[in-house]
Amino acid sequence: MAEAYSLLSSDFLYSFKLLIYIYRRSLEHHNLQEKLHSFKTIFMTKETPLETVMPAPKGAPNAQVSRRKFLGYAGATSGLIMLAAACKKNDNNDGVDLGSGDFGILNYAYALEQLEAAFYAQAVLTPYTSISANELAFLTDIRDHEIAHREFFKRALGDNAIPGLEVDFSTINFMSRDSVLGTAQAFEDLGVTAYNGAGYLIKDTNYLLLAGKIVSVEARHAALIRELRSPNTFLGDQVDNNSVNISRTPSEVLGIAGMYIKTKINANNLPTG
Amino acid sequence: MNIANILDEIEKVDGEIYDRISPRRKAMKDFFRVGSKVAIVAAPMAIGSMFKKAYGQTTPAGIINVLQYALTLEHFEYRFYERGAALAPITAGAERTAIEAIRDSEKKHVDFLRTVITAAGATPVAEKAAYDFTAGNTFPTVFTSYPVFLAVAQVLEDTGVRAYKGRAGELAGQKVYLTAALGIHAVEARHAAKIRYMRRTNGAPATKPYITGGNDTGVPAANGNYGGATPESNVVQAGITITNINGLPISANAATEAFDEPLTTAEVLALVAPFGVS
Repeated sequence: MAEAYSLLSSDFLYSFKLLIYIYRRSLEHHNLQEKLHSFKTIFMTKETPLETVMPAPKGAPNAQVSRRKFLGYAGATSGLIMLAAACKKNDNNDGVDLGSGDFGILNYAYALEQLEAAFYAQAVLTPYTSISANELAFLTDIRDHEIAHREFFKRALGDNAIPGLEVDFSTINFMSRDSVLGTAQAFEDLGVTAYNGAGYLIKDTNYLLLAGKIVSVEARHAALIRELRSPNTFLGDQVDNNSVNISRTPSEVLGIAGMYIKTKINANNLPTG
Repeated sequence: MNIANILDEIEKVDGEIYDRISPRRKAMKDFFRVGSKVAIVAAPMAIGSMFKKAYGQTTPAGIINVLQYALTLEHFEYRFYERGAALAPITAGAERTAIEAIRDSEKKHVDFLRTVITAAGATPVAEKAAYDFTAGNTFPTVFTSYPVFLAVAQVLEDTGVRAYKGRAGELAGQKVYLTAALGIHAVEARHAAKIRYMRRTNGAPATKPYITGGNDTGVPAANGNYGGATPESNVVQAGITITNINGLPISANAATEAFDEPLTTAEVLALVAPFGVS
């Protein structure tokens, strides 16, 4: 036992030194990235006529779509959608760092909400063939909920927020009801397991409550999408033998979500309990 | 809940976890890996009793208290669907199947919570000998009118979601108990969405699977179930106004739909008291 502890402490010291080194490097790197980010933002604003790529949302006061609105609704009809301002990701191979502690978990949620919001924005922008008015209304509602979640995390995280992620929807056929609703179900079910699996990692009970406020809405979405696809599948394979919703660890969730997110995500600093 | 993962993570901190639980270290490891399907079924009981033995600790009273509260509500919900399935004129076919599925789901929650509470060293609260499903004659036709039955079911499910949410904070950091509670919470939300969806073809066509504004049930008697210290009509989260957040066209309705709200223990107990729940 004594051996185990001394081994542990020397490992700990080494890890701590390594962390300080990484932190210093990231500070240097961050300054560089900020400059690059400003440059890209200015460049893109001047050079990219967004209103030509993105139609005005219904009810918009004028046809001039602001950059912010564009970002909110996501744009472009290609498989790859650039979600947010430029690429503030790290240029080393570690990807976007979600961070540690509660902010890390909130960034993890923020990443998933970005993915969901971008997906529904596209699904509503280019509705699948022969979509019913009811289904379009539901998808529009859900889009707005996911945007609300995404923007909430962005505001709550402030300077600690990860940048906008680049998503990859090239495997989704937005013209196909099966493809869109199948993906929606996968995202909603995944979201529920993600919040449930990360809940115990949240230290601040205010954040835990907020996660609780969101996860039940994700579960409502999941049940709705499942019912649209096939009646009486509202629980389906998402519950265990005790009728308790299954949960997943962040690494399991990101492993699944990864195929839809082009930006590399580094979850190594998330709390593990 | 993957017990093998849980134990692996504990092992990182406490290298001797398997030895504490059982001297037959390898046997335990193999059991949870190879027999993972068995382990998941047996998890609640196994986890409670194993941890108590491993650390010589009893589960804190605060946690037991939350579990008993959950069991109290689940007893009532199960009996509501059990009586409803037997008495109410539920449309045959898929709708009856749905109600029976929810009934069975609530029964599993009852059994699960009883097992967890027992394993944690406490005695599960007994269910009431009888409930008043009319809530003091507020819903006299609850088991004779299918639309009324669904309306009451919607109120109870939405209230159940709010009740679990209100106590999550007391389980903060408790991997086993919080994850289980969140797992039930999500299933109650799935029930609520399904019942709401069913109401669309049973006299309340505008009902959505999520809560729009405040009390959107069409049942004025349920105002309290959607009100409280943090009402469902709330559009401010952590000081941030969700309506039109960051300049985006998010309506007040969408802002309320996007976040479900908690009820305090006292609020819930006052709401279910007319049904004979305490």
